[in-house]
Amino acid sequence: MKELKYALFTGCTAKESTPEQMMSTLAVAKKLGIELVELTEASCCGASHLQDYDDFLSLVLNARNIAYAEKHGLTMVTICNTCQLNTAMTKHRLDHNAELKAKVNAKLGEVGLEYKGTSQITHFLYAIIDDFGLDKIKEMVVKPLSQFNIAPFYGCHNIRPSELQNETHKNPENAYKPTSLDDLIIACGGASVDYVEKNKCCGFHAELQAPHTAAVLTGNAVAGAMDANADWMVTPCPLCHLKLDTQTHHASIAIGREVSLPVLHMQQMVGLALGCTPSELGLKHHVTPVNFI
Amino acid sequence: MDALQSQSVTFKVFRFNEETDYLPYYNTYTLNVTHEEVVLDILNRIKWDHDGSLSYRRSCRHGICGICSIKINGKAILACKSRLFDLIDIFGTDLVIEPLSTKRVIKDLIIDKKDFWEKHAHVDPYLVSEIDEKPTAEHTVFPHQLEQLMEADYCIQCGACHYSCPAVEINELYIGPAAFAAAYRFTADVRDEGGMDRLHTVNQEAQGVWDCVKCMECAEVCPKEVNPIEKITKLHNMIFEHGIAKNNVATRHAVGFAHSITKHGLLDEGELVRYSEGNFGVLKHVPVAMKMFSKGKIVLPWNMPKADKLDEIRKLVKSSSTAKF
Repeated sequence: MKELKYALFTGCTAKESTPEQMMSTLAVAKKLGIELVELTEASCCGASHLQDYDDFLSLVLNARNIAYAEKHGLTMVTICNTCQLNTAMTKHRLDHNAELKAKVNAKLGEVGLEYKGTSQITHFLYAIIDDFGLDKIKEMVVKPLSQFNIAPFYGCHNIRPSELQNETHKNPENAYKPTSLDDLIIACGGASVDYVEKNKCCGFHAELQAPHTAAVLTGNAVAGAMDANADWMVTPCPLCHLKLDTQTHHASIAIGREVSLPVLHMQQMVGLALGCTPSELGLKHHVTPVNFI
Repeated sequence: MDALQSQSVTFKVFRFNEETDYLPYYNTYTLNVTHEEVVLDILNRIKWDHDGSLSYRRSCRHGICGICSIKINGKAILACKSRLFDLIDIFGTDLVIEPLSTKRVIKDLIIDKKDFWEKHAHVDPYLVSEIDEKPTAEHTVFPHQLEQLMEADYCIQCGACHYSCPAVEINELYIGPAAFAAAYRFTADVRDEGGMDRLHTVNQEAQGVWDCVKCMECAEVCPKEVNPIEKITKLHNMIFEHGIAKNNVATRHAVGFAHSITKHGLLDEGELVRYSEGNFGVLKHVPVAMKMFSKGKIVLPWNMPKADKLDEIRKLVKSSSTAKF
């Protein structure tokens, strides 16, 4: 098989509040023989908030990031659902609107760049499922997670809106019944648990503006996973991770019930199954301790 | 003609009568359904062939009156527009039929949409304009002006987005995606003069657009492709454009991204929280921040990473900025 190579858009949290996400991404890529070229020039994607203030600026910055992936001639891989949404949505809007694309390119031209639309954009979750292959991952598992009930938490911005799913993925998944993360859990030898909140919102984006709403959503998500007998949760989104891992105190107060579960990044789960060490995966960087290893 | 395909499906149907029942319950029916049938056909068959007391709303049967919206396995749909075979593709052959909101049931699948209509009324969902009683010419709206509505006028008030919105579910003040789409629809209309009032309404804390959790469910669920969150973003933009953005945690949170990107290329997470909350408000985040710091999750200001080619990013921020705060 041709060696897989992607342009890695790390996003901001991987450099700041979720160092373990960066470590585990690199560890898993190494195990799978996937080459990642980091886009060190990339800016923040605006996290779905910059566009509320200045939509055009958000488009220009995201188009710039994609332009660097295009320069490498590579598919851009993201490791954050919100980076994925903002980048893929920028691509969608520019590829479907020649006038807007020309306006954005007029700005990019000032710094010698051009957005062409030649690079695809995919989340690392789908890169390893679609391009590397679940069967191959399954063959490489050395430490099957067979003693664990694992609750998948998909994160809104990977699964909605489905028009982006349909454009980006070979096997687009349905927002009302997503399967990718469940499939990955099973490939790693674990048991995936079903619960209502697995495709719902964690509340992250409203945490400062609407703290009660955000805390209830976090509480419901963790409570749903606990009631489904999960030993821990897993998510492809570092923002969901931050919310579910660090905010359970507020969430417990908001829903009137003590809730807490270890929450792993998707890459950490795969890494454990592939035999990476806890330190390679940064398991000590969790606020809710990863107490089962 | 294609042969009629059929398969056996089990339907669990939500039942509750507020006048006689203490608790809701479910009735189960196993029916053979064909590839031509929509959900409304099944509701009619259950009512006509099995239990005449099943209550649901139906009218136009053409996806335009918006009255037959219900939920199938948690997904809000128009019963008259959703093919059974499409739903089987997603959920398999065990389907749960429920009202849009189980909290608001009057009988079976019929809910009280009072909150929905009140929130609509709150944004003045009509053209506000001084009408000349004896006009001498037509009021022409040009195609490019009509395009500004961005299909917000396709909304049929079915409530699918409203009763799927997690913020509506938790915060009873929150106006919600359907009424926001209506607020945008009339504010973007060139004939309308009530825009500023509407923008002030949707700019209020707790009830307004700032409480959107950005889950994208309203865009996903809408049976008419109105894409309410796109209109919510537009309302955010209009609030800044018209200079009525208040100086509060929500607006500073949006603006803070531009500041951070100018300074570092990346988001400075700690500074964003401080800038958004203010020097006093930020204190409530200290306990969580301490825990995060002890786990190596906080980057101190002097170690803040920067994007390469930061000059290029700054140049673009300067030349491409279109908003002021």
